[in-house]
Amino acid sequence: MLHIKELHASIDSKEILRGVNLDLKPGEVHAIMGPNGSGKSTLASVLIGRDGYDVSGSVTYEGQDLLALSPEERAAAGVFLAFQHPVEIPGVGNMYFMRTALNSLRRQRGQEELDAVDFLALAQERMKLVEMDQTFMSRSVNEGFSGGEKKRNEILQMAILEPKLAILDETDSGLDIDALRVVASGVNALRSEGRTMLVITHHQRLLDYIVPDFVHVMAAGQIVHSGDKDLALELEANGYAGLTPGSARVGATA
Amino acid sequence: MSAPTTTVGISDEVRELANQEYQYGFSTDLETEVAPRGLSEDIIRLISAKKNEPEWLLDWRLKAYRHWTTLTPPTWQHVSYGPVDYQDIIYYADPRPKKTVASMDEVDPELREMFDKLGISLGEQERLSGVAVDAIVDSVSVATTFKDKLAAVGVIFCSFSEAVQEHPELVRRYLGTVVPYNDNFFACLNSAVFTDGSFCYIPKGVHCPMELSTYFRINAVDTGQFERTLIIAEDAAYVSYLEGCTAPVRDKNQLHAAVVELVALDDAQIKYSTVQNWYPGDADGNGGVYNFVTKRGMASGKNAKISWTQVETGSAITWKYPGVVLKGDNSVGEFYSVALTARRQQADTGSKMVHIGKNTKSTIISKAISAGHGQNTYRGLVDIRHSAVGARNFTQCDSLLIGKDSGAHTLPYIDVKNQTGQVEHEASTSKIGEEQLLYCRQRGIPEEEAVSMIVNGFCREVFKMLPMEFAVEAQKLLTVSLEGSVG
Ligand SMILES: Nc1ncnc2c1ncn2[C@@H]1O[C@H](COP(=O)(O)OP(=O)(O)OP(=O)(O)O)[C@@H](O)[C@H]1O
Ligand SMILES: [Mg+2]
Repeated sequence: MLHIKELHASIDSKEILRGVNLDLKPGEVHAIMGPNGSGKSTLASVLIGRDGYDVSGSVTYEGQDLLALSPEERAAAGVFLAFQHPVEIPGVGNMYFMRTALNSLRRQRGQEELDAVDFLALAQERMKLVEMDQTFMSRSVNEGFSGGEKKRNEILQMAILEPKLAILDETDSGLDIDALRVVASGVNALRSEGRTMLVITHHQRLLDYIVPDFVHVMAAGQIVHSGDKDLALELEANGYAGLTPGSARVGATA
Repeated sequence: MSAPTTTVGISDEVRELANQEYQYGFSTDLETEVAPRGLSEDIIRLISAKKNEPEWLLDWRLKAYRHWTTLTPPTWQHVSYGPVDYQDIIYYADPRPKKTVASMDEVDPELREMFDKLGISLGEQERLSGVAVDAIVDSVSVATTFKDKLAAVGVIFCSFSEAVQEHPELVRRYLGTVVPYNDNFFACLNSAVFTDGSFCYIPKGVHCPMELSTYFRINAVDTGQFERTLIIAEDAAYVSYLEGCTAPVRDKNQLHAAVVELVALDDAQIKYSTVQNWYPGDADGNGGVYNFVTKRGMASGKNAKISWTQVETGSAITWKYPGVVLKGDNSVGEFYSVALTARRQQADTGSKMVHIGKNTKSTIISKAISAGHGQNTYRGLVDIRHSAVGARNFTQCDSLLIGKDSGAHTLPYIDVKNQTGQVEHEASTSKIGEEQLLYCRQRGIPEEEAVSMIVNGFCREVFKMLPMEFAVEAQKLLTVSLEGSVG
């Protein structure tokens, strides 16, 4: 469903992605690990259409050229990113925001919009998944939310918007043990044949809960290793030392 | 005394394109009686005679006019515009047919249609909305609704001209007591030539049973609008008053120089809300209303409270500083403002809080949004006098910039003469967050909608001070005004 070929991206003539190749099939869960600054978030940014990069290479999503679409069109096509650092939007109610988002998606897809009552019912049901309190819905988007609450709010949006391709950028960072379990079980509940996930993380621990089909290692703007879930354990034990672009692959191929 | 009467045909001058952009840009072909262009003692005498005014009022106007001739227009504002030719303005235009109207249903159908287009009903249905309306076109009040119901509780709500006829003693007692005729260039001009406006009087202990509202509309070509509003709340009285403003699209600039005076006695409360949407001019800065307004409240009694809430999205140039003189002990002044400048609009606006009484308190919340080539200046004065023991002020000025050609400036002036005074000032300027925009768009919300959502969120503190219907209208206005300012 997603084919990334020789993807390069640079900003202010600094090359950050240096030829990323990745294939994701429907329903698969892929994890990306890798040192700080290796380009994981940049990959996510390029996939959702953030401005400011010089991009070359190709990204085909469900047969269409993803790079040609605007961010909102990508969203309508089913691409979702749980941000590493969700932004605050003062004065905009969380509930209102999510309803507007869902209805924008539905409008772009030619579906009927949900009214406030139907939306509330949907939101309440999905809030159970992430064990989130109703009071968060009447607050402004992410404003004053703790780090962990912001992450839960991202997963709640994923549960409501039901994307086909979900990219989770360090959703586990800043979560306490209980929150990690809640978020992970929320994500697992959303795993389905029709939903592909790209999970960016630094912690093998997360992958105990969300068991990936494949694990990739990114270093210096390239995928340098790919394997199955055991690769994460190896990395946990040995670190990224010795893994540079062009070095030997370990484990199974994706 | 006779004045030349002309019928003004105007539709041709209205550019179709601009008409589409500004929703209220239609003009109405009303038979209008206008005075000759220019300003002189004779014109003032003409206005006064047309309105059958008492001698003392004519004298007051003439005194203002003579003083005005010695003044020069202020130049300290952070706005720029060509010189206004005060002799090329029509100071009096009466859109009424000659016959007097006995009831609302007899109002000129064309005029009613105009108000229908503005979404303001002057007919019977307005009972549903429970808002009493005074409609002012050009210089003349054309309809005031719900008078009887208000009169039953002793509230007087009528046009200024009518108040001069029916309640001259009240007008005479309060006119010019808050904004003296020689206050400033534009207030002085207004004092000389004001033509109409609204008058409200809430007697002792009365909680006005409905929102009072005035809609102002400049219709005739080359007319200035100089309305004068006077609101008096006696001891423990309460009133919430709303004003809305629109003007048709014109190539030439139109001058609007109004004066609003509010008087709140002991324990009285006045809440004054404005949604101003005068024609802002086109994208190149042609046309538009010059909105040079003096608005001031006198919290003269103890525990009196005056709140100004304004949403300013229109006008080529806005120049106004609604303020409160906090004379009574424990009196409270508030100012909540949203000012949006897009296209080539300029706004220099803010508030003036003068603390005289003990334990007086004021709050200023200003939200400025600049898009396109818009320029927005917050200018405020917090003046704590010697006598104001325990006075407190809190000021918060936030500016939001959209695009790279817009500008925001904050100029707070603070003068504290009593050392027990506490003044707190917070200011912030932010660019509309790229991050916020991307976040919204990632969730599927198209860019323009996302901008309007973020801006409305930014203004929420102020919008929640507006009465419900106005808050909805204000949000829509903001959205319309922002169209085309991104990307
Ligand atoms: N706007 C920018 N200008 C210059 N350099 C940038 C910009 N954005 C990202 N970079 C650089 O690109 C590199 C990759 O950043 P990225 O955020 O993708 O890393 P990451 O793999 O997600 O790291 P982390 O694990 O710390 O989240 C970093 O060196 C970063 O400093
Ligand atoms: Mg990152």
